[in-house]
Amino acid sequence: MTLGGQTAENMIEVRGLKTQFDDVVIHENLDLDVRKGEIIGVVGGSGSGKSVLMRAIIGLKRPSAGVVKIFGEDYYRANEAERRAIEQRWGVLFQGGALFSSMTVAQNVMAPINEHLHLPKLLTEDIAALKISMSGLSADAGDKFPSELSGGMNKRAGIARALALDPEIVFLDEPTAGLDPIGASNFDELIVNLKESLGLTVFMVTHDLDTLHAACDRVAVLAEKRVIVCGPIEDVRNADHPWIREYFSGPRGRAAYASTVADKTGSG
Amino acid sequence: MRRSRPGKDQSIILIYTITLQALRRPVENVKKVIIMRESAAKIDVDVDGSVFRLNASGEWRARYLGSIDAQLRHFSDESMGYDLIIDVTDVEQMDTAGAMVIQRTFLSCEQRSGGSKIIGASDLHAALLAQVMPHLDPCAIEREHPNAFLMMLNRLGRGTVNAYYAALEILSFIGFTLSKAFYVFSQPQRLRMKSIVHHMEEAGLDAVPIVGLMSFLIGAVVAFMGAKILSQFNAEIFSVELVGLAVLREFGVLLAAILIAGRSGSAYTAQIGSMKIREEIDAMETLGIDPMEVLVLPRVIALVIVLPVLAFMAAMLGLIGGGLVTWLTMDISPALFLSRTKEMIELNNFWVGIIKAPFFAFVIAVIGCFQGMQVEGSAESLGKHTTLSVVQALFLVIVIDAFFAMFFLEIDF
Repeated sequence: MTLGGQTAENMIEVRGLKTQFDDVVIHENLDLDVRKGEIIGVVGGSGSGKSVLMRAIIGLKRPSAGVVKIFGEDYYRANEAERRAIEQRWGVLFQGGALFSSMTVAQNVMAPINEHLHLPKLLTEDIAALKISMSGLSADAGDKFPSELSGGMNKRAGIARALALDPEIVFLDEPTAGLDPIGASNFDELIVNLKESLGLTVFMVTHDLDTLHAACDRVAVLAEKRVIVCGPIEDVRNADHPWIREYFSGPRGRAAYASTVADKTGSG
Repeated sequence: MRRSRPGKDQSIILIYTITLQALRRPVENVKKVIIMRESAAKIDVDVDGSVFRLNASGEWRARYLGSIDAQLRHFSDESMGYDLIIDVTDVEQMDTAGAMVIQRTFLSCEQRSGGSKIIGASDLHAALLAQVMPHLDPCAIEREHPNAFLMMLNRLGRGTVNAYYAALEILSFIGFTLSKAFYVFSQPQRLRMKSIVHHMEEAGLDAVPIVGLMSFLIGAVVAFMGAKILSQFNAEIFSVELVGLAVLREFGVLLAAILIAGRSGSAYTAQIGSMKIREEIDAMETLGIDPMEVLVLPRVIALVIVLPVLAFMAAMLGLIGGGLVTWLTMDISPALFLSRTKEMIELNNFWVGIIKAPFFAFVIAVIGCFQGMQVEGSAESLGKHTTLSVVQALFLVIVIDAFFAMFFLEIDF
């Protein structure tokens, strides 16, 4: 809803974030903006706190200092009703899918719809079928239980559930990890499509260099407990930092870069 | 931004305003709520010659579709014999659910007449409509259940067969555990002492307060009931024997076993079960680490050592509880209580109690570990097997206790 009519409004604003587990400080003085309608990819070495950053934004890890604003509101200071309103506007895909194991895939997708929207049963089922199909699962996956699905299919079902309420922003924790390359590139395509047709904002924690190139508008690099660079991938590639150099100039980084350059010259 | 307008919505606005003021929220929120109230998905129908025209307007988002969904489902009948034209020019917002509903309505008519079309879509909405197009097939929601009577028969039969196989499997697991135990004892360096001690602490030492308190209270209650009833026959003094026999022979060890089955048996199932879910057990096997040796035996051994100790403690505290009550209610002094107990209760009563403890412990630990190993996949399965573990352990403890009672009766011990 463009009440104020700003074009580049910030969906997420993180200011001076500090998170810690007991004495171990994960983030310190971390700033990050996520703009409306962009796909931002968060990268960083193992243990640099990518997932923790995501958890801090979606209200699962209370920061010990700093402010996290989403849709312009501070989740940690919001009251119950405001929190529920915020929760309906985002969708979250956890690393392992995190499906409810006592429900079928379709029931998983229907769960948030039933909880928040109270639609007629037939419509809810239609919406669930739509989301399941859009996430790349076949229709016969609907009545399967999560324990009967492979890891990749669990992930797709998780995406279907994250998209159930047509959220304004989706958080994806390592969405392409565990998917086969075809599935992964289909997924990149799905995300870009959704972003373009729905104006979806995507916050993605990823290791996948191909996804970074194919889908992300901006890349934020986490290191030294904060975001050291944030910008379009070309800018980030050229940033002068040992980790970034190693990340993008390693064999995989070069291969991913080469293939995107080839794509661009090939297609036009 | 529109202010509140007079009309039928006014009362609603008033209620909102009052509620929101009561919550002391800023005024902008009131406006936001009003705007949301006004927007909804709307349809107008217009029949003109051979054309059935559907004008969609408003917000075609999932949350507003509920009121028009049923109506839209009827259009494929109502528009029979017409060309359906869906005009989406006035749709302000559309999400995938809205696009899906429009496409679904369109498709149900399009199959009959070629002249149907969707017009007036903006680029954004056209993209959405195109995007949902390949994804309109319904999907299975849950598996069909046959009728209830058949299901019941099915469950009964399945349950009976399963009970039979479960009994066989438990027997085989017990055998497996025993053979492993002999193997490990023949090579004592394979005993995981650290793990055994850890489980002894967890299942034994940490259970001392609760086991002690419970048996103290039970001893007191038995004495109290005995005193009450026996006083009718002027035979209060016999409540000393009552407490002594009951607590030493049965209650001490049974209480300890029941508490440990609930406390440690379930914990064993949950621990091993969640390791099974996370594939840790599979990992162990591929690494050549025997889960029986690492997980099951230490737990079994620890419990077999610790439960007799707990049973002993329970019996003693039961006696203390009984002694305290007889002292307070019947003026039987602790010294008299002790000497009468010594005189009237033979030592073999104590042995009858304690001898059962290792058997109970073995059953509780083996069932706990066995059910843990049976867990697969889901959190639900873990819950189911934890329940089963406690139920089966308690059941077997009571059954074994009954067998011992008959056995000791026969040999007159």
